[in-house]
Amino acid sequence: MTLGWTLFITIFTVANILACFWLLWWTRKRRGEPVSQTETTGHVWDGDLTEYNKPLPKWWLNLFYITIVFSLAYLVLYPGLGGFAGTLGWSSSAQHDEDARIAEARLEPLFARFRPMDLVELARDPEALRIGANVFAANCTTCHGSDGRGARGFPNLMDDSWQWGGDPDAVLTTILEGRTAAMPGWGQLLGEQGVTEVTVYVQRLSGQQVDPALAAAGRARFEAVCIACHGIDGKGNPALGAPDLTDGVWLHGGDFASISNAVRNGLNGHMPAHGPILGKDRSRLVAAWVLSHHPGILAEASRPADEAAPDGPGLSEPPTSRPAP
Amino acid sequence: MSGTTFYEDRVIRQFAVMTVVWGIVGMVVGVLIAAQLYWPALNFDVEWLSYGRLRPLHTNAVIFAFGGCGIFATSYYIVQRTCHAPLFAPKLAAFTFWGWQAVIVLAAITLPLGMTQGKEYAELEWPIDLLITLVWVAYGVVYFGTIVKRRVRHIYVANWFFAAFIITIAILHVFNSLAIPASPWKSYSVYPGAVDAMVQWWYGHNAVGFFLTAAFLGMMYYFIPKQAERPVYSYRLSVVHFWALISIYMWAGPHHLQYTALPDWAQSLGMVFSLILLAPSWGGMINGIMTLSGAWHKLRTDPVIKFMIVSLSFYGMSTFEGPMMSIKTVNSLSHYTDWTIGHVHSGALGWVAMITVGCIYSLLPRLLALPGMYSNRLIEQHFWVHTIGVVLYIASMWIAGLTQGLMWRATNPDGTLTYTFVESLNATYPYYLGRLVGGVLVVVGMLIMAWNVWKTFQMARDARPIPVAAPAHA
Repeated sequence: MTLGWTLFITIFTVANILACFWLLWWTRKRRGEPVSQTETTGHVWDGDLTEYNKPLPKWWLNLFYITIVFSLAYLVLYPGLGGFAGTLGWSSSAQHDEDARIAEARLEPLFARFRPMDLVELARDPEALRIGANVFAANCTTCHGSDGRGARGFPNLMDDSWQWGGDPDAVLTTILEGRTAAMPGWGQLLGEQGVTEVTVYVQRLSGQQVDPALAAAGRARFEAVCIACHGIDGKGNPALGAPDLTDGVWLHGGDFASISNAVRNGLNGHMPAHGPILGKDRSRLVAAWVLSHHPGILAEASRPADEAAPDGPGLSEPPTSRPAP
Repeated sequence: MSGTTFYEDRVIRQFAVMTVVWGIVGMVVGVLIAAQLYWPALNFDVEWLSYGRLRPLHTNAVIFAFGGCGIFATSYYIVQRTCHAPLFAPKLAAFTFWGWQAVIVLAAITLPLGMTQGKEYAELEWPIDLLITLVWVAYGVVYFGTIVKRRVRHIYVANWFFAAFIITIAILHVFNSLAIPASPWKSYSVYPGAVDAMVQWWYGHNAVGFFLTAAFLGMMYYFIPKQAERPVYSYRLSVVHFWALISIYMWAGPHHLQYTALPDWAQSLGMVFSLILLAPSWGGMINGIMTLSGAWHKLRTDPVIKFMIVSLSFYGMSTFEGPMMSIKTVNSLSHYTDWTIGHVHSGALGWVAMITVGCIYSLLPRLLALPGMYSNRLIEQHFWVHTIGVVLYIASMWIAGLTQGLMWRATNPDGTLTYTFVESLNATYPYYLGRLVGGVLVVVGMLIMAWNVWKTFQMARDARPIPVAAPAHA
């Protein structure tokens, strides 16, 4: 802040406070001839409206003086008069940083115990799970629900369908870095008839009863347009966040209207990165809490490397990189 | 010489009636949205009835329609009686009535349709803002024109407050509403980011300070001495608290933005000036209550004086609470909780509504040349229903607000939050019912008033124009 602004603010602030003080000083006592306690000022309005001129109540005057003294003292100690920082050097951001530093220092021994443990071990540690559950409740439930079962457009974390991969590293990456899914709209390219045919084929992929002729026409278009992300068999690609269309799990609705809307206009999904909000320690604990609901994943991840199943699509390959545009 | 001139009372009767009508409308909308917070299904999945659209309608209706009409009615009455002159430019005064009603109706249409500038208490879009500006300039011309025409040398204290209110609201409204129109019903504020927030709360807090305080103090300064038939307690106290109040209020806005992106120095000034504001605010309360000393017995017999005295008590309470809540440490607990809603309603229902209701009960018989309202018993009933409703409302919100503030800041030893947001919502749920019941009682009181006003007008079918009184020392 420039000196000019500081002076501008300081002069107006102090002048207003001192003007109040002067006003009180000037009116606190009667000047000249004493005014009687029972006589009015002599002004009369509207027949019978008159005014006494009684002295200012003493307790009220003192209350006024106290607030003025307090305020002037506060403006010396704390920031207020423009660029003058106050003699205490206090600032709200420094107060926050100091509070955060003290809290982090107090919690350091707690988190230090968890750091050597991997996610599978954490998912079996009661204390880690208790903290992870609290972190989830305070930060994740707005979208994923108190029970983690999500809502339309917000993934269910308790089922076996994983848009971005369900192995421990993939889940942690999702939390730390966030995910952005972008499906373009194909309405322009396919035309209305094409959108209908593709939609019907996608319905058949998940086992719904549909018109076979429309589905067959849709299949040809699907294989021309959609397989780049969703694969020839429609099982999707966790590396791209392209969902499996065959498993009957629908993030944005599985009826004709919902699917055709997705094909025509596309869909965008976004989970914000929580690494900058939670930090790595808490992110690992909340990942562990999510994984603790999936004993299958934990068992899979804790199996020795040589016993591990051959590479399935995406599962053993955590998609840590963003999908190519 | 002046025996042939009459007071311009038609516009006052119109505004007085609409005060009651808009009071009922605004408070019924308030009751509906309070019910929606308890039974969310009451928005009926209709966007025009959703909480987010109706809440600004409620605030605009009670502040600018109910409060505004009450201010117009009483200020036009007071300025004529204390200047011993009829209104200047009566046709312009008629324009302020129809213009103001048009603003209110446009608000009632556009806000549910979702047309909004998104600024609290300044939601109305730019074409309506322009109409407000026109009406306000006309109001100023009528008001100050009448002051100029006055036949007594001294300007009565009530007029100081109305004058400060008219000038300040004009400045606040124009500068806060500066926007670039994008279409007839959409515009964007000219101010960026934190500056926009600061300008908004400079406006917002002074809407409280001048619209909801100074103007109603003007009402109080005429009708309390009139009704009590006593002189105003202290002229010098009027002078001191008037100048201190209007100069200090201007600075207090930033206390709405404690611990935000607003620079620390501005937050501190908001807090410091809010604290200094305590004494000037109480000056008005002392002057009003002490005016009654020597006439305390009237509290037993005159329910209108009960309204006035209790309104001043609520005024004193909320002007103590406000400075306390502006202290950063207290604000970190109270801000964003229902405590703020309780504070606002102790001011709005306790102070503003009760002084307005009291003054309308005092005004109507004088305006219609009747010895009194149709029924004093109905006023008595209104007083008790209203008072119980307000106490229930603000007590519910205090408890709910403190509960929320304490639950939101509670942490476990591991650094996580003790309660989820939904748990705090659950804990406050019963108090939302208490608030709803309080609101219903207030509306019931307003309906009693409407009946009483209707019957009073029936008694005054052949009311004649009232001649302008000659000044005492003319």
